[in-house]
Amino acid sequence: MTKQQANWSPYDNNGGSCVAIAGADYCVIAADTRMSTGYNILTRDYSKITKLADKCVMASSGFQADVKALQKLLAARHLIYQHQHNKQMGCPAMAQLLSNTLYYKRFFPYYSFNVLGGLDNEGKGCVYTYDAVGSYERVGYSSQGSGSTLIMPFLDNQLKSPSPLLLPVQDAITPLSESEAVDLVKTVFASATERDIYTGDKLEIVVLNAEGIQREFMDLRKD
Amino acid sequence: MKLDTSGLESVAPFLGVSSELVGGLSGAPYFELPNTANFDRFQKDAIQMVKPAKGTTTLAFIFKEGVMVAADSRASMGGYISSQSVKKIIEINPYMLGTMAGGAADCQFWHRNLGIKCRLHELANKRRISVTGASKLLANILYSYRGMGLSVGTMIAGWDETGPGLYYVDSEGGRLKGNRFSVGSGSPYAYGVLDSGYHYDMSVEEAAELARRAIYHATFRDGASGGVASVYHVGSEGWKKLSGDDVGELYYMYNPITPSTVEQEMTDVAGP
Repeated sequence: MTKQQANWSPYDNNGGSCVAIAGADYCVIAADTRMSTGYNILTRDYSKITKLADKCVMASSGFQADVKALQKLLAARHLIYQHQHNKQMGCPAMAQLLSNTLYYKRFFPYYSFNVLGGLDNEGKGCVYTYDAVGSYERVGYSSQGSGSTLIMPFLDNQLKSPSPLLLPVQDAITPLSESEAVDLVKTVFASATERDIYTGDKLEIVVLNAEGIQREFMDLRKD
Repeated sequence: MKLDTSGLESVAPFLGVSSELVGGLSGAPYFELPNTANFDRFQKDAIQMVKPAKGTTTLAFIFKEGVMVAADSRASMGGYISSQSVKKIIEINPYMLGTMAGGAADCQFWHRNLGIKCRLHELANKRRISVTGASKLLANILYSYRGMGLSVGTMIAGWDETGPGLYYVDSEGGRLKGNRFSVGSGSPYAYGVLDSGYHYDMSVEEAAELARRAIYHATFRDGASGGVASVYHVGSEGWKKLSGDDVGELYYMYNPITPSTVEQEMTDVAGP
């Protein structure tokens, strides 16, 4: 008796890339706005970035239906936290909440590749990178999604800092200024758009700093 | 399994295929196929069944001064290196460490869960949990998820009332007490260095250097291991991180570049 095979899959990949870079007192989170399925483009104007808390923004690529479900769940949990503690959730706390939320669906995962960016309790930029089932790590920069294999080596070249595991501890914050980091993000997406079919259309950039949250857009190639 | 090629026979004369092809067929051609569900995948599936272990190198050993624990820091997704700075030595509490091999999320989540259970034990019993107890808690949880696809190959190292303790626990439900373990795809290389250099009566510095070298050699030969070699020591006062060295730099430390003789001659000539 040959093993039964499923004739459909609950998952789909809507493509797209996300990037986040942490600075001394800012954090840049960016994602393209193309949503695809197979070789078709569903829309050129879909935001993959969502604000989870005042100091915490998440960008997710992968299966957008799972991403939407995840965003709703985290937003609800944040609301409960605010009711119980009378304050916004900090970025490191939200990072662990996201990790646990992903792991609770360990045997039917959210097909969502996330990058969390924000300011930590001291006001320094922080970026957390995740896999689909919740393993996470605080890093200085990260990229996820279909273009990540193109983007990550370039970010390593420009931003790689001493590993936090080294002893004696060496400081790992990006030396870039906020405007330099935004320019780097624009460069990186322009390159990724050239070689990844799922990345393009428009780039959404969110910057978090002491003044609050700013958003800007940049056009990318639409082919 | 006989392949049905009757379709070939009817089509060939209709399309006016070259006569030597039709003439060469003396009867219905066939070739044996293995009786498998998926002809294209069965060989790969067979290899997957004896698949090499989790992509990492971790090791731990007991010696006179306590327990030495070391690991690399590379995480790979297939052939892509997803991170070079993963913390594979997890601090469960100030006197117990766990190592991570296998699924990163599985190890992170269950070690955090174990830390919570250990703290609850302390609060309920007014004393620290033993290494035996902690490893049993983890092993029982992993056994209950046996067969569901968790991938965890961990070592629990600590110092309790009975002295230094070391257990190996994995997602198949296995739990082994021992003095010396290495887990991961780089473990054969690490065992080679570790077993040949091990003495019970080493000092802390000698043991740390042995652990560091074992990880270094594993990262040198195993593609799935690399990054930073971290070394921790667990003594009677708890654990302490002794070193974290980039393995690329360790290479040049262990294999220093000596200037070649040609260069030396040239500097001699340049002198007054």
